[in-house]
Amino acid sequence: MIEIYTLWLRQVKRYLRSKSRIIGSLGQPILFLLALGYGFGPIFAKAGQGNYIQFLAPGVISMSILFTAVFSGIEIIWDRQFGFLKETLVAPVSRFKIMIGRTLGGATVAIFQGIIVLLISFLAGFRIYNWALFPLAFVFMALIALLFTALGTAIASVLQDMQGFQLIMNFLVMPLFFLSGSLFPPSGLPSALDTIIKLNPLAYGVDGLHGTLGQMSHLGLVTDFWVLGIFVLALIGIGSFLFSRIQV
Amino acid sequence: MENIIEIKNLVKKYGDFTAVNNVSFEVKKGEIFAFLGPNGAGKTTTIKMLTTLLHPTSGDIKIDGNDPRHNQNKVRESFGIVFQDPSLDDELTAYENMDMHGMLYGVKRKDRKERTEQLLKFVELWDRRDSLVKQFSGGMKRRLEIARGFMHKPKILFLDEPTIGLDPQTRNHIWSYLKKLNEEEGLTVFLTTHHMEEADKVSSRIAIIDHGNIISQGTPEELKSKTGKETLEEAFLALTGSSIREEQANSQDALRSQRRMWRGGR
Repeated sequence: MIEIYTLWLRQVKRYLRSKSRIIGSLGQPILFLLALGYGFGPIFAKAGQGNYIQFLAPGVISMSILFTAVFSGIEIIWDRQFGFLKETLVAPVSRFKIMIGRTLGGATVAIFQGIIVLLISFLAGFRIYNWALFPLAFVFMALIALLFTALGTAIASVLQDMQGFQLIMNFLVMPLFFLSGSLFPPSGLPSALDTIIKLNPLAYGVDGLHGTLGQMSHLGLVTDFWVLGIFVLALIGIGSFLFSRIQV
Repeated sequence: MENIIEIKNLVKKYGDFTAVNNVSFEVKKGEIFAFLGPNGAGKTTTIKMLTTLLHPTSGDIKIDGNDPRHNQNKVRESFGIVFQDPSLDDELTAYENMDMHGMLYGVKRKDRKERTEQLLKFVELWDRRDSLVKQFSGGMKRRLEIARGFMHKPKILFLDEPTIGLDPQTRNHIWSYLKKLNEEEGLTVFLTTHHMEEADKVSSRIAIIDHGNIISQGTPEELKSKTGKETLEEAFLALTGSSIREEQANSQDALRSQRRMWRGGR
């Protein structure tokens, strides 16, 4: 257990010490909240959908969790050659424990980011609809964080260098975000988009946040929880398997 | 003197390519053993098999009586390793790097504290214990890695090119640390290097590998007299030929050059 704690602690310390990275990664969420939030606000209201900032904030929070989580996982590629990872692969610790420690650490960091963006969204005018449900919001943030840290780990275990990283960001992570019901409500859409969104685990996370931070969820919190939960377990399984096969 | 590392008929094949071809040798307890060879000879592959990072295609390995394939964790507890590229955590302090290593190797808290202080003082980094490793020079990082490698009191320390890229003063210090650990703690040192004069000065025995085969073994004196040469470097060149080895850059090289770009060559 102490090995898992060691690796978790390391991720958290690294995060807390890189002030410039923390601030830098807040740039995009702030931009989205302000530019899109206030920009699309009037049109959204006109379409009878209410306050766009209220709709957008959970999506932007999910975005920052998504990106931070995937990046934590992808760090493995660098770490493998030049960092602590090589040291851990040679230590008398099972790969599984190493992977769990890293994933928990990366997910913790992603949740911190999500919380910071939540606080910023308050400044942009976001208001929590039902404070009784607020604690559940952390559950959904945690599930999103775990899922995508595990995904990042799984991908990074297979990539040899940072070239593939660009491909992954543009062809996997961005689409996952854009088609998750974060920027626009997932209703009344052409069937192709609708299908993709239904298959996108992030959509269930975003919906969960809509339900716990905002006014309502489209799919129901229970559905969201179970879908996310299953995806998390599956990805931790896949991630550990791929991680255990890393050869340095 | 008993053997602490025994390798018999070790083979590693990658498809059609044989990287390590029926290699056999032993390392005796308490000696400083140099494993030499041109680039692409199979040194790194062999070391990876010894340090549980790679599975052999066939052959037997015994590290302190244990087989890396069947008793992986016991083998890992019995050695420390200093890789060619730093494997420290840049965003943590020297002290924290030592502490984490201790935690991973099951060293109890009180012992971790004592040994961290003892070892950091030994490599003369105690006054920099709370500095982030990213502020350290290459030499300081290497010294820290040696301290860290010995933290859990292993019987063997593997070093892959321990003095590459270092200035003479630092190189001198590093050899003196290794010799002290070897003499005072009975540490077996297994190293690879391209600095032949250093290998000549410090090692008790040497094995030279080329094209996946051990082509010569013995003390530095034996190798020099065998080839009728005055220096180990000349003996090495006589045994392995003086043409330059063609190599392919792999992803590791690509990452190394990226690293140099981003970090400014440390």
